[in-house]
Amino acid sequence: MNNVLLVPLPVLLPLIGAALSLLFYRRPRLQRLITLAVLGVVLVIGVYLLFAVNENGPLVMNVGGWAAPYGISLVVDRLSALMVSVSAAVLLAVLVFAVGQGLADEGEDNDTPVSIYYPAYLVLGAGVFNAFIAGDLFNLYVGFEILLVASYVLLTLGGTEARIRAGITYIVVSLLSSLLFLASIAMLYGATGTVNIAQLSERIGDLPVELQTLLHVMLLVAFGIKAAVFPLSFWLPDSYPTAPAPVTAVFAGLLTKVGVYAIIRAETILFPSPELNNALMVVALLTMVIGILGAIAQADIKRMLSFTLVSHIGYMVLGVALGTAAGVAAAIFYTVHHIIVQTTLFLATGLIERKAGTTSVNSVGGLLKASPLMGVLFFVPALNLGGIPPFSGFLGKLGLLEAASDVGTPLAYTLIAAGVVVSLLTLYPLARTWNLAFWRSRDEAKDYEGFLTENLKDDPYAGEKVRTRPLPKLMIGATAAMVALGVALTVFAGPLYDVATRAGDDLQGTERYITSILGPEGVR
Amino acid sequence: MSVSLALLVTMAVLYACGVYLLLEKSMTRVILGFLLIGNATNILLLIMSGRPGAAPIVDGETDPSEFADPLPQALILTAIVITFAVSAFLMALVYRSWRLAREDVLVVDPDDVNLLTSGGAESETPVADEDDTEFGTRADAAVEGAVDLDAPTTAAQPGEKMPEDQPMGPGGAPHPVRDGGGEK
Repeated sequence: MNNVLLVPLPVLLPLIGAALSLLFYRRPRLQRLITLAVLGVVLVIGVYLLFAVNENGPLVMNVGGWAAPYGISLVVDRLSALMVSVSAAVLLAVLVFAVGQGLADEGEDNDTPVSIYYPAYLVLGAGVFNAFIAGDLFNLYVGFEILLVASYVLLTLGGTEARIRAGITYIVVSLLSSLLFLASIAMLYGATGTVNIAQLSERIGDLPVELQTLLHVMLLVAFGIKAAVFPLSFWLPDSYPTAPAPVTAVFAGLLTKVGVYAIIRAETILFPSPELNNALMVVALLTMVIGILGAIAQADIKRMLSFTLVSHIGYMVLGVALGTAAGVAAAIFYTVHHIIVQTTLFLATGLIERKAGTTSVNSVGGLLKASPLMGVLFFVPALNLGGIPPFSGFLGKLGLLEAASDVGTPLAYTLIAAGVVVSLLTLYPLARTWNLAFWRSRDEAKDYEGFLTENLKDDPYAGEKVRTRPLPKLMIGATAAMVALGVALTVFAGPLYDVATRAGDDLQGTERYITSILGPEGVR
Repeated sequence: MSVSLALLVTMAVLYACGVYLLLEKSMTRVILGFLLIGNATNILLLIMSGRPGAAPIVDGETDPSEFADPLPQALILTAIVITFAVSAFLMALVYRSWRLAREDVLVVDPDDVNLLTSGGAESETPVADEDDTEFGTRADAAVEGAVDLDAPTTAAQPGEKMPEDQPMGPGGAPHPVRDGGGEK
């Protein structure tokens, strides 16, 4: 079978699935089946493409048969295939979790509508996959828009007051970044006369340096808002925690990483010149430090995790900012690791929310005794995120720090120090959560006083209802599968790191990307 | 590349007004601001497409160098469709927000209030009911006899802790954990 024909399927199948599940809105079971089947097939295709691309090099599909610089091209290289596979796995696991939670058919207090969840979820997937395999900048923009529109729907699911409030912040910020991205595309087109990424990378080098810097900064700001990089990250901890647990999990895992992916592409293929690298390093430093300081002040586990998410985006930006193949490879590995671990932690928090009725460490206690299994499911990804050896978080950070020490400038060494300190600080809120929510006995939780809860900020928008419910097996199973995937990432870190290294090598030097799309001579 | 001055001025004015409106607290104005900026960006795309020309239809007679560049126009069409869909969603969202909160403005963030007041400067506390649009901020003033949906949910006062007597988690939970092994 011709592998190229598989390339558009990760986008097409979810869109068709979304249409079908909208048609069957009266039959939630069928909807569920369609969604599961589509994501399962996409996962298989993604993994197959990863192996095929790893063996034989990038696959390029010219949509409609129009040759590369004129038509729309879809490109799957190692980076794209890796991201598609991981995203499909995460989407599938979170979907199973959501089915277990009964999110789409009963809802918490009926604030979740029945029929719209699965179609919106599939459209979100289509947007994410489209962004990963886009071969031209405008298609990347369209991918962003698809996933954003679906995320607006998912974030404001049910239309409760808290979600609408959070949703408005999120939507206005996202819209602004989209318009900025569109304006950058317009100016890039005006300057170079193309939107094809490969052709752009050939032509950008010929532009005057000032114009290059202007375009570069505009694109980075647009992507930076989506990736939640420090000065542009304020919206994230405010909007994510109010959504239902599975939605937050998939947003935290995937949406910001699409922004990181776009930054990786922009820094390697479009603007390989190192002029902004130092600025990016400073941004990475601030993102890491300020994100984690925010996390330390939060009592609500979901808000705390949202801040660690921002903080760890800094590590990925650090890898990209180094501008070396090793740095990009480490950033890719770290992105894969972080997608899985952050999603797992949010799923585990979803379990806590269901079991304890609240996610504020001020009022939760005795969870370890109530459900030891849940303790394990929280503890393993927490250690993984904190970078305890031998987990993949440690390996990823080690790779990043090694790459930084290879660069060896004073700024790089500052970043190494900051990376280590932030890693340690990440452990603090996680260990505190563990101590308070899991180890503390239930009787202690009321009127608890101790240095751990001093200066903790509760979620100002937390609902007042507290309801504890049993944990369905499906929710535990999905979380356990994600924990297992995180552990597998550690076990198979060697081969995976090889793929990441080769993907990083692919992105160094743009010739390989250009020739695979435009042919050996290129079209100028 | 020469650029039409009329287009350039229109774009600049649209951007300026759009940014101004986007910074307003009233959601209706934010939507208007978004629409203006969206159109300004479309005009930017149009400006970037270069000089005007004939319709790009290959008929064998027209010299291809006289064609207008069709690609930016395709991009603009796509962008218009996306902007349209998103603004429809935004309007639904704002309407929903109106029905829930009976206010058109963003709710004052209690976190920000805390931050301001924790320094002790009480007078800096923003007043949520303050009129800052000509329509007034509260709908129950405009609509006779409307139910004030805000009344039962009083916003958390700055510096005030959550009430102690409300049920909280398994710590003092009135709801027993059904499948847990931790019950005495």
